[in-house]
Amino acid sequence: MSASARNLTIAFFALLAAGAVSPMLFQGVRFPQWLEIVIGGLMSGVLYSLVALGLVLIFKASGVFNFAQGAMVLFAALALVKLMAHMPFAVALALVLALMVALAWLVERLVLRPLVNQEGIVLFMATLGIAYFLNGLGQFVWGADVYTLDVGMPKEPKIILDKFFEGGILVSSEDVIAAIIAGLLVAALAFFFQRTSTGRALRAVADDHQAAQSIGIPLNRIWVIVWSVAGLVALVAGVVWGSKLGVQFSLQLIALKALPVVILGGFTSIPGAIVGGLLIGLGEKLSEVYLGPLLGGGIENWFAYVLALVFLLFRPEGLFGEKIIDRV
Amino acid sequence: MNLRELEPGEVRRAVGAPILALEAISLAFGGVKALSDVSFDVLEHEIRAIIGPNGAGKSSLLNVINGVYRPQQGRITFRGEARTHMEPHRAAAMGIARTFQSLALFKGMTVLDNILAGRNLMMRSGLLLQALRVGPALAEEIRHRRRVEEIIDFLEIQHVRKTVVGRLPYGLQKRVDLGRALAAEPAVLLLDEPMAGMNIEEKQDMSRFILDVNGEFGTTIVLIEHDMGVVMDLSDRVVVLDYGKKIADGAPDAVRSSQAVIDAYLGVKH
Amino acid sequence: MIYRETGQFKTTYASDQQLFPILQDRVFVIGFLAFAFVAVPFLASDYLFRAILTPFLILSLAALGLNILVGYCGQLSLGTGGFMAVGAYAAYNLAVRIPSLNLIVVFVLAGLCATVVGALFGIPSLRIKGFYLAVTTLAAQFFLDWLFSRVGWFTNDSSSGSVAAPPLAIFGHPIQGPVEKYLFVLSIVSVFALLAKNLTRGAIGRTWMATRDMDVAAEVIGIRPLYAKLTAFAVSSFYVGVAGALWGFVYLGGWEPLAFDVNRSFELLFMVIIGGLGSILGSFLGAAFIVILPIALNRLPAALGIPLSTATVSELELMVFGGLIVFFLIAEPRGLARLWAVGKEKLRLWPFPH
Repeated sequence: MSASARNLTIAFFALLAAGAVSPMLFQGVRFPQWLEIVIGGLMSGVLYSLVALGLVLIFKASGVFNFAQGAMVLFAALALVKLMAHMPFAVALALVLALMVALAWLVERLVLRPLVNQEGIVLFMATLGIAYFLNGLGQFVWGADVYTLDVGMPKEPKIILDKFFEGGILVSSEDVIAAIIAGLLVAALAFFFQRTSTGRALRAVADDHQAAQSIGIPLNRIWVIVWSVAGLVALVAGVVWGSKLGVQFSLQLIALKALPVVILGGFTSIPGAIVGGLLIGLGEKLSEVYLGPLLGGGIENWFAYVLALVFLLFRPEGLFGEKIIDRV
Repeated sequence: MNLRELEPGEVRRAVGAPILALEAISLAFGGVKALSDVSFDVLEHEIRAIIGPNGAGKSSLLNVINGVYRPQQGRITFRGEARTHMEPHRAAAMGIARTFQSLALFKGMTVLDNILAGRNLMMRSGLLLQALRVGPALAEEIRHRRRVEEIIDFLEIQHVRKTVVGRLPYGLQKRVDLGRALAAEPAVLLLDEPMAGMNIEEKQDMSRFILDVNGEFGTTIVLIEHDMGVVMDLSDRVVVLDYGKKIADGAPDAVRSSQAVIDAYLGVKH
Repeated sequence: MIYRETGQFKTTYASDQQLFPILQDRVFVIGFLAFAFVAVPFLASDYLFRAILTPFLILSLAALGLNILVGYCGQLSLGTGGFMAVGAYAAYNLAVRIPSLNLIVVFVLAGLCATVVGALFGIPSLRIKGFYLAVTTLAAQFFLDWLFSRVGWFTNDSSSGSVAAPPLAIFGHPIQGPVEKYLFVLSIVSVFALLAKNLTRGAIGRTWMATRDMDVAAEVIGIRPLYAKLTAFAVSSFYVGVAGALWGFVYLGGWEPLAFDVNRSFELLFMVIIGGLGSILGSFLGAAFIVILPIALNRLPAALGIPLSTATVSELELMVFGGLIVFFLIAEPRGLARLWAVGKEKLRLWPFPH
């Protein structure tokens, strides 16, 4: 990172930190309250990271920006809820996973393979088409109602750290467990990418399709693998979010929030998805609670995007993204 | 391939004062030093060649001249104005045009549009007049079209003027690249390996174009070239680079027989 | 046989550069315009005007604007709905607060408001490129959504958040009824299409395309990226803003903020890509496709005699829509305009095979 870019990025984070602690300085908020909100924000950030991870995986391996990730989350959650009515959770989970792998195979065969050399924007629009298709299919097969997803997540909030702070700090156990699940998944994926040969092949494909093919990497199989993994990530995200919010159409709008996460972190970076998610989750929560009343509420619709936009002005390729160098 | 009937060392057009001068230019990318303390000048109306083994920093030097790269140290003086770096559009406005090794053509546009784009700086009509395409805007389009057609005639690419550039063979694309640079009617023309990938006949054509541009319009030419025959025949003076440093500077014959140059090309251990 | 150019020599640059150099094209276009202006008002039903022709024309205008930005200048934008909203709300406020203003002036001023907003949100494009830019334009979309629903001033402090456009009249003559609205919109769109065509084949069009194809090389020949990108955003937003004002005033009559949400942005992007990036004709073809498709899909089960509930029909519609998008992108990624061009090439040779 050049000196000026580094300085600008530091300045950005300093501003952000100042904004984050200002409620305590100017609005008389006590530390324990503030900490609750921060923890809450970080938790929801982890959940954003989960969806963002699916996006980054597919982009890393196939150069496609998968707009259907949100639709995949909803689709997986819907399938799970419906199947759980007839069979135990573990069986239903396995079946849905198989379904997502089948979906990955279909997408590779019917969409990716015919469009292999097209420009990014064409592939992006194709994923948009897939999103519409999945929405229609999900509703057609399973209906458009709201469903509760009960996977046994604890719903009662817990009080922690009551020895240090009077009254303790309220955290949602569900969020904590979700955060742990997400963290484990992220660690597993990071290991998979860096240490296994399939992971290496995926990274080669992300770099240069043709070069990877020329050393014998089977492009098609790689893509099925990647989209299956993304499907798995979508499933986990669907379980976690669906358990928290209920399985409904608006679930896929959450996935839309993953976009600012991905651009903040850089499209091609797994750690970027994590850090970006935490930042967005934190920023959104703080702004919602402290900035919202000043501006009339509802800012969470756009705050994440504006935050990402401002950040990109300092660092156009995202936190950990690769700088695009034009050579003439 | 001897295109000139003149004596060796005799220039075909009276050269003038230095139009471009580089002093102590150093350029580094991260830890890689592309250019170290390079200084030379270019006289008006001359043909100056820059040669050297691969990776010597020749393209970087051209990029510094027209502002694509900013040197960490050194000065560039153009037409008497000294500055620490150039900016691409300022260079274009001041009369420096160039072609690219990798043919940075606008692949989605026709030959005509590509070359017309080169005249962009001379188009003055406002947006509204362009939208209405009447009066001054229309007259301007036609006036510039006329000049561009002259360039197309000169480069003998009339038959492909309405073809999208992406579809043309490499040799014709190179001519379009040259045409776009010429369209700006530059004072200084930077040519980055104009003969790359050409056979003998194409090289003769291109050499003829270069000589004609220099002879008819007086355009100062700075060219990077690997073909020694071309360099010796076309250029008035030569600069030799190796590993980012200047190792020779002078008339073609003097440079050809310089020991340092021979060593660089033959790969003597440093 | 019909489409031969033999005998049509051009002796001046002016005649070579005219909009339709081939005689057959000129005849076709003039005939088509005459048909649209004169014959269609008598031939089409009210339903056709209301449900298909008028919305098609207005959305074509918006698609034209978006195509200038995405197709000609290569800057991906997902905020088009928001800019349409700016045009609509600006026109509303102008018409309601200054009732004496001429309708055309209202629309032009509304377009200029959208121009300013568009140029503002276009500034990041100088640093940010590609998909990053697309996602930042979503910031514009969501922010504008929020602005128009939260800040009461824009809706004249309407309690429900929705607004109703005042009745349309131009130079004292009221514009009611589907035929008059159709002719009004057709006139505006025809003029705007001509202006767009002139811009894209002029110096600024080359500036945009050069920036799209290789911005570093464009800079080297003297094109300032700031100028190229901001003018693209500005002109594009002008078109989109006027389209938004037309959409609200002429087609909808009254609207709430959801009329210009992110789905509208995606819809317009579909039109531009399916119609053909970098093509004026493509914007129209894409708009026609996207406008007609849902209606056709909706009618199809009934036409085939299959009884389905409305919910099922809309679900199937979504599936077929998504599927068709993908199919189309595979079959012709360069869009309908490319198919049209290929068709014309074949027509030049007809009846010979090659």
